[in-house]
Amino acid sequence: MNERVIATNITKSFRSTKALDAVSFSVNEGELFGFIGPDGAGKSTLFRILTTVMNADSGDALVDGFHLKDEIAVRSRVGYMPGKFSLYPDLSVQENLEFFAKVFGTTVQENYSIIKEIYVRLEPFKDRRAGKLSGGMKQKLALCCALIHKPRVLFLDEPTTGVDPVSRREFWEMLGRLKQSGLTILVSTPYMDEASRCDRVALIQKGKILDIDPPGVITKKFPLHVIAVKSDNMQKLRKDILKVEDAESVYGFGEFLHIAMKKENSSTEKIEFFLKQQGHQHTEVKIIEAGIEDCFMHLMEKS
Amino acid sequence: MNRRRFFGFLQKEFRHIFRDRRTMLILFGMPIVQILLFGFAITNEIKNVNVAVLDKAHDDVSHDITNRILSSEYFHLYQNLNSEKEIETAFQSGKVKVVVVFENNLAKNIYSKNIGNIQIISDATDPNTANTIVAYTRAILLNYQQDLNKGSKPPAIIQTEVRMWFNEELKGVYLFVPGVMTIIMMLVSAMMTSISLAREKETGTLEALMVSPLKSWQVILGKVIPYLVLSFSITLVTLGLSMFVFHVPIRGNIFLLLGEVLLFVITALSFGILISSIAPNQMAAMLISMMGLMLPTIILSGYIFPIDNMPVPLQVISNIIPARWFISMLRDIMLKGAGWSVVWKDTCVLAFMAVVFLFLASRRFKMKLR
Repeated sequence: MNERVIATNITKSFRSTKALDAVSFSVNEGELFGFIGPDGAGKSTLFRILTTVMNADSGDALVDGFHLKDEIAVRSRVGYMPGKFSLYPDLSVQENLEFFAKVFGTTVQENYSIIKEIYVRLEPFKDRRAGKLSGGMKQKLALCCALIHKPRVLFLDEPTTGVDPVSRREFWEMLGRLKQSGLTILVSTPYMDEASRCDRVALIQKGKILDIDPPGVITKKFPLHVIAVKSDNMQKLRKDILKVEDAESVYGFGEFLHIAMKKENSSTEKIEFFLKQQGHQHTEVKIIEAGIEDCFMHLMEKS
Repeated sequence: MNRRRFFGFLQKEFRHIFRDRRTMLILFGMPIVQILLFGFAITNEIKNVNVAVLDKAHDDVSHDITNRILSSEYFHLYQNLNSEKEIETAFQSGKVKVVVVFENNLAKNIYSKNIGNIQIISDATDPNTANTIVAYTRAILLNYQQDLNKGSKPPAIIQTEVRMWFNEELKGVYLFVPGVMTIIMMLVSAMMTSISLAREKETGTLEALMVSPLKSWQVILGKVIPYLVLSFSITLVTLGLSMFVFHVPIRGNIFLLLGEVLLFVITALSFGILISSIAPNQMAAMLISMMGLMLPTIILSGYIFPIDNMPVPLQVISNIIPARWFISMLRDIMLKGAGWSVVWKDTCVLAFMAVVFLFLASRRFKMKLR
């Protein structure tokens, strides 16, 4: 396999807090690689270091074959879309795109083929100021701006934050197509449900990578049973559920509480019986397939 | 390729400025309004002051003096009074600001005793105006007295002399123009530049630019040039306005003046870049330039309060304020007609400050996050 990004022991501290603690991973050519983790996990810091916008305290990485120290070479090979969509709100859609093209030493015409598919949807609004665009359109424009100089590796820092669900789905479809063209994409997101869109994901928490695998593998290798529980009195349920024996971890998940238990101990009947004893009614107890979030919560608790 | 990049950046900066109509309006409107205000409203000059005359003498001297007072552009006869009682009512009407009272037998007293008494009563509810009016009236009386004494025997008594150098008519606008120009330039150059750079930091666009091949000096220069053009043109508007509307003289060399303006703009701009390299966002940039720049500039530069009247510690502090040197140079060149031989020291001080600020700014401003 052709590795486009190889990071080894990247460490970064801000004063006393460790933002990144010896992070190592590698990403292959044409791979869509996701970093999944809550706010403050260190995703943005990692992307900043890999795009040479920030210096690491220690550790190094090869980006498209170049060390981070070789700033100019790395910068000319990466496309970077920072956390907030960095557009100029007072410039029009077209002016924004042209500006980034010029600054990166190219023209919109020259690389139009790369962004064409995304840009056609923006074209009807090309004279509108970027500040007046919807979240989804801003996101598309920011992606176009990050792609206009034909990067080899694309870094997208939380590209779907603040964007409606339909635009989010569209966006991931776009990334899928970009990947087909051989572009290597690293994307970070706090949304666990987006993990399944990636070829591989790294679960990251407090500056440490907990696990790296394809999303299917991560959920499959989850050692526990996840039991979803619901009743008419959720507040009481939260308290009572802690008394269930052998529960490894409990956390809310939408309208259900999820309990992770060792497979040999898990019995829906036992839990249902226990809840009835506590006076719960309309209970629903079922074993479900573990999702990425279940795995994440479990790993977090373990670490 | 490199040049195209830079011009792309420059074009974007000019777009930012011209798109922001409101800020443009404020930037161009403010100096105009300030100059007009200082020129017309807030002024120490008096014009068309209503005067009332109580002439008990009715002789040639009292008539002469009354004519002199009224023929100046400062006074306008509102009414003739017949008795002392009417003075109070005249003031109470609010129209009359000053009353001139001639004593009985004024001419006779002057010719025989060499002493004549004229009373000037002014409405001192506004002491500043009253002072000015009294001073003007006395000046006219003195003038008359001198004419009277020409070639005549024992001279009459001269009590006061009121005279203002360089601004004999106490024209406020002369003193305020250099100050207003300085404040505006500080505002546009330092504050606007720092805010514009801090905005890019805040919105994350600077982070996107960091990955670009743009060098940090290109970003700085790209930020500086548009505001240099902007503040220079605003200065020209201010200067033009004060010259053509208020006839403020430019007694010195105009090119020397513009050269000093340019130097000061560069000093202020480099200070602005320095501020934005420290400030994390627009709000901080604005606060720092307001508190650290505008206030000391207004208070300690000699714009409003004369430096010589300050306590010594403040006088020392005023030395590190660029505007102090600039305002003194402006006044020297514009009002006194001073040349290079006078202002070269101040110029050196300013140039030194510019170099220091630029050095610090370029060291602090990097295409990197910390």
